[in-house]
Amino acid sequence: MAGVKAGAEIAAVPRHRALWLRSQAAVRDLWIGGVLLVLIVAFSIDSPYFLTRANWLNTSSTATEVLLLAVGETFVICSAGIDLSVGAVLGVSGTAGAWVMAHGFPNAAGAAIGPIAVGFLAALAVGTAFGLLNGFLVAWAGIPPFVVTLGTLGIATGFGYLLNNGQEISAIPPSVVTFGNANLGGWVPVPVLITAVITIWCGLLLAKTRFGAYTLSIGDSREAVVRAGINDRRYLLEIYTLSGLLAGVASILVMARLGAGSPTSGADDNLNAIAAVVIGGASLFGGRGTVIGSVIGTGIIAVLLTGLVLVNVPPFWQEVAVGAVLIAAVYIDQFRNRKATRR
Amino acid sequence: MSARLAVHDLTKHYGGVQALRGVTLQVDAGEVLGVVGDNGAGKSTLLKILSGAVFPSAGEILLDGQPARFANPAAAHAAGVAAVYQDLALAGQRDVVANFFLGREKLAGNWLARRVGWLDGKAMAAHTESELARLRTRIPDVRASSRDLSGGQRQALAIARAAAWTSKVLLLDEPTSALGVEQQHQVLDLIRRVSTEGMAVILISHQMPDVLKVCDRAVVLRLGQVVATLSGAELTSENLVGYITGAMGEGEQ
Ligand SMILES: Nc1ncnc2c1ncn2[C@@H]1O[C@H](COP(=O)(O)OP(=O)(O)O)[C@@H](O)[C@H]1O
Ligand SMILES: [Mg+2]
Repeated sequence: MAGVKAGAEIAAVPRHRALWLRSQAAVRDLWIGGVLLVLIVAFSIDSPYFLTRANWLNTSSTATEVLLLAVGETFVICSAGIDLSVGAVLGVSGTAGAWVMAHGFPNAAGAAIGPIAVGFLAALAVGTAFGLLNGFLVAWAGIPPFVVTLGTLGIATGFGYLLNNGQEISAIPPSVVTFGNANLGGWVPVPVLITAVITIWCGLLLAKTRFGAYTLSIGDSREAVVRAGINDRRYLLEIYTLSGLLAGVASILVMARLGAGSPTSGADDNLNAIAAVVIGGASLFGGRGTVIGSVIGTGIIAVLLTGLVLVNVPPFWQEVAVGAVLIAAVYIDQFRNRKATRR
Repeated sequence: MSARLAVHDLTKHYGGVQALRGVTLQVDAGEVLGVVGDNGAGKSTLLKILSGAVFPSAGEILLDGQPARFANPAAAHAAGVAAVYQDLALAGQRDVVANFFLGREKLAGNWLARRVGWLDGKAMAAHTESELARLRTRIPDVRASSRDLSGGQRQALAIARAAAWTSKVLLLDEPTSALGVEQQHQVLDLIRRVSTEGMAVILISHQMPDVLKVCDRAVVLRLGQVVATLSGAELTSENLVGYITGAMGEGEQ
C-alpha cells in the first residue's frame, strides 16, 4: 500500500513534546491554574479564615452563578461574539420566575411542587427567549453581537423592573430557599453540584462534539464554515440560546439562595463572567477557548473577590482588581501569542 | 462517451460588465485542464460558477452528460465538484484534522453519540493522517493549527480536503501563486497525483511553467472568451503567452 511507505516518512518527523502538552490550550490552562493556586496560597497565608468551611460555602455559591454565565459566554466568545446581556437576563429571568410563583399561586403551600416547577420553568423560558432573540438578531439580521446584546441588556433590565416596579419579589415558597441553601455533607452546596454537572457537560460539548467544533470554527473563520456547507446561522442561534438558557438556570440558583427574585441580581455578574472567560484564555476574536479555562478564570475572580475582603481591603477595590486582572490577562496572552508566532 | 464536465456557451454579466461571453470547454476524468488568461479575463468567474458560488447568466453545465445546476457550494459538493480558492478558507487556529473534516465530521458509532454529535476524534485523526500520507503531502502533525503550517502545507491541506470532498471534479484557483519554488513542486505533484486517481482537474494559473508541467490541455481566456485550446506540441510557453496577450489569434476572430 502506498500509504504505508509515506506513513513512515511522516513518523520520522520528531515530536518534541507529549501530545497533550503540545496543545496550546493545555499549556494556557496549566498556566492560569498556577495563578489560581498562587492566589489561594497567598490568601491562606495572609488570612486564617480563607481556608475555612464558611468561606468555601460563601465563595463557591457566588462563584456558581458567575460560572454558569461564564460557561455560556465561553461558547459565545469562542464563536467570535459577545453576550453583554447575560447579567440582565439573569435578573429578569429570576424576577419572572418569582413573579409566577407569587402571583400564579398566591395560596400555595410551602412545599408545593407544582408552583415551584412552573416558576422554575418560567425562569428558564425567559432566559431561553432572550437567548433566542439574541441569536436571531446576530445570525439572521446580521447585527453585530455587541450591539444586539447591548440592546437586549437594556430590554431585559427594563422588563425586570417593570415586573414589580423595580422591587424584588420575595413571596416565593419557602422550600425554594431550603433547596437553594441545602448542601451535601456540609461541604457540597446543591447549587454547586448542579453547576458542576452542567459545566462538565458543557465542557464536553465544546471540546468533544460537532456543536463545539462548529462553535470554534465559526469564530475562527465564518467564511470557511459557510464554504464547507455548514448552516452557520443555525449554530449561532443555538450558541446564543444556550447562553440565555444558562442565565435562566443561574437565575434559579440565585433566587433560591437569596429567597427572592431581584431584577438587579445579575448586574455585577456580567463583567465578572466575561472577565472569567477571557482570563481563562478564550480569544475575544473567536476560535479559541475552553470551558476548563473559564472554570479556572471564575475561580481566580471568586478568590480575588472574597480573599480581598478577608485581608481587609475595602470592598470597592474588588471591581478595580477584577478589571486590572482582566487587562493583565489579555496583555500577557497577547505577549505569549506574539512569541509563539515569531518562533 | 461524454466528458466528465462540459460547459456550453456560458455567459455571465455583472451589471454592465461582461465577465464571460459564451465559454465552451470540457474536461475528462483523469485530465488536468489549464485555464490561463490576463487579469480580468474571467477565470475566477468561471471557477465560481462551476463550484456553485455564482450563478451563470446563461449557458449550460453538463456533469457526465447530465445537466447540472448548483444552487450553492454544498450542492456542488454533493454532485462531486469542489473548489479551492486563492484564500483557501482554512480556520487558522483549528488543527489540521478539524479543517480536513470541516462540514463532514465523523461521529462515534453508538446511538447516544449520534444524538449529541460526539466526534470520533481518533478515527478522524487517523483518517486525516492516512489521506495526507496517501497523497504524500508533507504535513508532519495533524494536531498542529493550520496557521502554523507553511504556505505549501496549507495549500496541500486545502487541496487534499477538496479532493476528499469530491469524487469527480476539482477546481483550483492559482494554487501555486504564493509559494516558493520547492513548495510549488510539491503542490504540482499533488495535483498530478489527484488526477491520476481519476479526478478531472481544472487548474487556473498565471505561471506558464506550472501549466506546461501538469496540464494535459490548456484553454486561453481573453475578455471572457476562449481564444485558444492548446495541447500536445502546441502547448508551449510561446503559444500561451501569444494568445494571452493577443499577439496571436486575432486573425481567427
Ligand atoms: N462580483 C463582481 N462584480 C462585478 N464585476 C465583477 C465581479 N467579479 C468579477 N467581475 C469582473 O468580471 C471580469 C472578470 O473577472 P475575473 O473572473 O475575476 O477575472 P480573472 O480571474 O481572470 O482575473 C472583470 O472585469 C471583473 O472586474
Ligand atoms: Mg482571478
